[in-house]
Amino acid sequence: MTQNSYSLAELVIAACAEVWRDDGEVMATGIGPLPRIGAGLAKLSFAPAIQTTDGEVYYTSEPVGPGKRAAEPEFEGIANYDRVFSALWSGRRHALVGPVQIDRFGQANISVIGDHKKPKAAMLGARGFPGNSISHPNSFFFQNHNKRAFVEGEVDFVCMAGYNPARYRNGAAPKGLDLRRIITNLCVMDFGGPDHQIRVISLHPGVTFEEVQDNTGFPLVRPDGDIPVTPAPTPEQLELIAKIDPNNVRATVFKDNPVGDRRPAGDKREA
Amino acid sequence: MLDKRMTVDDIVDQLSDGMTIGIGGWATRRKPMALIRAIARSNLKDLTLMAGYGGMDIGMLAATGKIKKLVFAFASLDHYPLEPHFRNARQAGAFEVLELDEGMYHWGLRAGAMKLPFLPTRVGIGTDIVNQSGFDFKYVTSPYEDGEEFVAMPALVPDVALIHAHRSDERGNLLTLSKDALFDELLVRAAKKSFATVEKIVPTAQLDMQKNSRYNLVERAMIDGIAEAPLGAHPSSADPDYQLDLKHIKTYVESAASPEAWAEYKAKYVDVSEADYQAAIGGADAVKQLPVPIY
Repeated sequence: MTQNSYSLAELVIAACAEVWRDDGEVMATGIGPLPRIGAGLAKLSFAPAIQTTDGEVYYTSEPVGPGKRAAEPEFEGIANYDRVFSALWSGRRHALVGPVQIDRFGQANISVIGDHKKPKAAMLGARGFPGNSISHPNSFFFQNHNKRAFVEGEVDFVCMAGYNPARYRNGAAPKGLDLRRIITNLCVMDFGGPDHQIRVISLHPGVTFEEVQDNTGFPLVRPDGDIPVTPAPTPEQLELIAKIDPNNVRATVFKDNPVGDRRPAGDKREA
Repeated sequence: MLDKRMTVDDIVDQLSDGMTIGIGGWATRRKPMALIRAIARSNLKDLTLMAGYGGMDIGMLAATGKIKKLVFAFASLDHYPLEPHFRNARQAGAFEVLELDEGMYHWGLRAGAMKLPFLPTRVGIGTDIVNQSGFDFKYVTSPYEDGEEFVAMPALVPDVALIHAHRSDERGNLLTLSKDALFDELLVRAAKKSFATVEKIVPTAQLDMQKNSRYNLVERAMIDGIAEAPLGAHPSSADPDYQLDLKHIKTYVESAASPEAWAEYKAKYVDVSEADYQAAIGGADAVKQLPVPIY
């Protein structure tokens, strides 16, 4: 495998892993294959203290990737649901989740599309999103960065609270509200603009700011100067990713498993 | 001698139209499906269903038109993330809903269990959960120096709780042997009455309580009746006795495709005795061989 022959999925996994870099000893929950592998990558490299689960009820010593397992992992603790609530209310968790809609405030929706009483599309229900959002850090992954996901107004049903003063009776969000990063198929963003506006912090190789903005239903903050390119996964990271995901589930996430560096040939330099 | 043994149908006879019924389990884990099927077959109507961590319990009662109001945080079949019968009913506006956060539902049960009218929580603040027309959420301010304002999550108090456990003696001393007891204990404590189906009723000595004390869900005084219902959680799991039946869940999911498909499923798997149900799903031995699922 040459330096530049990584897939978009692997680029996204490496970007997902970054969200846990400075978290210390917290529960790391990655929902969906790429966030889950990303948490594993963080744990096996720069964030060894994070705790990850088998996807069901145990904390495991080593990260457990998606799909069939060659061997039973070593269990290091129990993560029954009662304990998960206790952990998340304590703030010692950072979740990376994949909502259906998000808006300019970071408010996110997994409940319904359309009217809540008689929705056009009923989805999961709010699950634990309301509590997660105001208790501990949260980041997001969107497989398809488009205006259906990044909506123009507010999301149809606010499941996760965001930086929207109008939603707070005293104008201020609870202290626990801490939205960190948004990783998509096009870029990485954070909430670092004025008043927590969503800001592009890196573009995936071959993607322009204009392309991201055109696929977003609200104005994004453009940082001053050149926007960094999302760092390519290192050969060591690619090895760890392959170890965490021996079933290669990551290859099934994006249609046709595109390459990570989408710049035209001849324009590929070290990111 | 204290004897709380009943049949599944005896338990359903305790229910009446308009009641608020709380259902235990979580998505595809330990749903009291033998009871749900019996309710689906009954003439009961206008039920308020409290199924915070919902799965086929919600779907099957939605498909049979039993629900007037649903109190829930989600409906999911895990490996099939969206509950198809729940979706059909929601999209038809078939019943009123009160949608809660998972933790708020837990907190509501806890308030009910503690006989408190509410518990304060930050959960719900900043979301549409607290803006639903179906319930007028109130707020409380901390009387201490912090002065923080909280949502007052009201107690959830079902008229009847229905749960599935693994073992019981005839007095209602339960063992829930799964790694995760979920929130069944709080549900039972919150409810006015509670009934449990169990895989097997055994003599008290066979509960081996010294060894199994961690699995004793709740004191028997909280349990009003028990019914032996082997495979009573199928197609959800009653780990370690048996795992979820993904193949059957697929059949169930496909039954939401059309009224005809549902009628066919209902005739084969709902409008039948439990003995016929077990034969239709391939028998107890097949269910006990089901592989451990990967989440």
